[in-house]
Amino acid sequence: MAYKIIASQCTACSACEPECPNVAIQEKDGTFVIIAKKCTECIGYFDDPQCAAVCPVENTCVIDNGYPRYQAA
Amino acid sequence: MQDQAAANNGTVHEIQPLDALMQKIAEHKGCGSSGGAGKASCGSAAGQGDLPPEVWEKVKNHPCYSEEAHHHYARMHVAVAPACNIQCNYCNRKYDCANESRPGVVSEKLTPEQAARKVVAVASAIPQMTVLGIAGPGDPLANPEKTFRTFELVAREAPDIKLCLSTNGLALPDHVETIKRFNVDHVTITINVVDPEVGQHIYPWIFYRHKRYTGREAARILSERQLQGLEMLTAAGILCKVNSVMIPGVNDRHLVEVNRAVKSRGAFLHNIMPLISAPEHGTVFGLNGQRGPTAQELKALQDQCEGEMNMMRHCRQCRADAVGLLGEDRSAEFSTEKVMAMEVSYDAAARKAYQERVEQDRQEKVAAREAELAQPGADFGDIKILAAVATKGGGRINEHFGHAGEFQIYEVSAAGTKFIGHRRVDHYCQGGYGEEDTLDTVIRAINDCVAVFVAKIGACPKDSLKAAGIDPVDGYAHEFIEQSVIAYFKEYVEKVRRGEIAHIDKGDADIRQGAYIAA
Repeated sequence: MAYKIIASQCTACSACEPECPNVAIQEKDGTFVIIAKKCTECIGYFDDPQCAAVCPVENTCVIDNGYPRYQAA
Repeated sequence: MQDQAAANNGTVHEIQPLDALMQKIAEHKGCGSSGGAGKASCGSAAGQGDLPPEVWEKVKNHPCYSEEAHHHYARMHVAVAPACNIQCNYCNRKYDCANESRPGVVSEKLTPEQAARKVVAVASAIPQMTVLGIAGPGDPLANPEKTFRTFELVAREAPDIKLCLSTNGLALPDHVETIKRFNVDHVTITINVVDPEVGQHIYPWIFYRHKRYTGREAARILSERQLQGLEMLTAAGILCKVNSVMIPGVNDRHLVEVNRAVKSRGAFLHNIMPLISAPEHGTVFGLNGQRGPTAQELKALQDQCEGEMNMMRHCRQCRADAVGLLGEDRSAEFSTEKVMAMEVSYDAAARKAYQERVEQDRQEKVAAREAELAQPGADFGDIKILAAVATKGGGRINEHFGHAGEFQIYEVSAAGTKFIGHRRVDHYCQGGYGEEDTLDTVIRAINDCVAVFVAKIGACPKDSLKAAGIDPVDGYAHEFIEQSVIAYFKEYVEKVRRGEIAHIDKGDADIRQGAYIAA
């Protein structure tokens, strides 16, 4: 799985962008999006997914069930 | 926190019963009020208060630090720092409205390049603009690249502009060296608590060293980082002011302790501000009914802390993108679109010349005011009154009652006058509908005052004010504020002695919570 940002709730505060160890977050159409194939759920980097931990709006940076669980190499 | 909030629910947007309030004030004052004679320096409204001369020299032209300077010099904030690393219960970053004036709220975010261009454009159009602050809308030090890049660009193009920043302090210890290197003039840290037990009710979480912390631990880390940052700034010789938000039932009593903690670590000024809280802001405090303090509660706390250190009384809690003189926001004239289309030529010499004229004018006004100023003297007993004043600046009573967007409040006693703050109101004279409601708002905002001094006032509001027990005074139109209120005070005391009027306690007043409709 990867994380995704629910666009309608994103305030575009940009806090998540520099925290991502995979540089998987970028600004698009006024909000921020996670490039799913780059997302590792921060496994191997941090205990918690950084985007979700820093996001100021609850339940906005969430697991994307459209992808299988990320497996560490 | 839920319990405390629930306990406060009954008093949201209502003036507290007089008895309970006076009891509270009596408790608060205790040590502070009787020392008037020994602390005469606290009372000088426009002067330097208790600041050491070298500090005063640095801040005297800073509109945010000197009540008198803000009528002559302007400042601007640029919103280059959208990200934040903590969550506060009085902040909701989603809310943005042009009619909303409170920190953390902006209409558009800027890149450092856009911000620098905006600064130069504003500095060219408003030559008395001398200070650039970065205050958000998030935390400047949670966006260090953007913040320092902006400072770098501005210092290059407009080196005469002073730089300031305002932070929650979590990341501050990591950046003190850089702050020093960029020659940042002043730093403001918002410190609401020094006790994690209290802090957990204000900060639901912080993001620190790649981890989200909650509860007491979050508050403990934040407090430690704030105080460490303050100590480091002091050691580096950078002026530091501390802001605190007064939240009744949460940290109001605790702020005396905060005051001591920040004073002992070298903060030069403490600014206790009222909580801005309304359900429509969508903040935790707004939604759970947490009220802000009343005007008298705020004053009592500021008075209590004043014995400890210099208190700031004229903060207007500006937005993170405010432009212009305090209280008259001109940010709409300098939107990114407009700034990019402007032809700008930065003329440092012209700015300097203009500022010299401003300074001369200012000195003349100060000198004239002081020459005429005399203390009423001890034979005027221990009566104290509050007076509201409508002014456009220059230390004079020169604003029409109906045009006043705010009133300056002075305390007058035998010891002289003391500026104690502003009360924001919507303009009474909007020429539209609902004027009576607005007048009612004004009366509630200055309800604790014996008199309101104006340049002019219509017959209708005059009668309403009288009915509310506030004396509308237009006999001192265009005179200096201090000597006018002292003359009035002397007459007032004489009348009380002759039994013509009764000196009664005026009770409390509202602090405006809703949207501010800028003129």
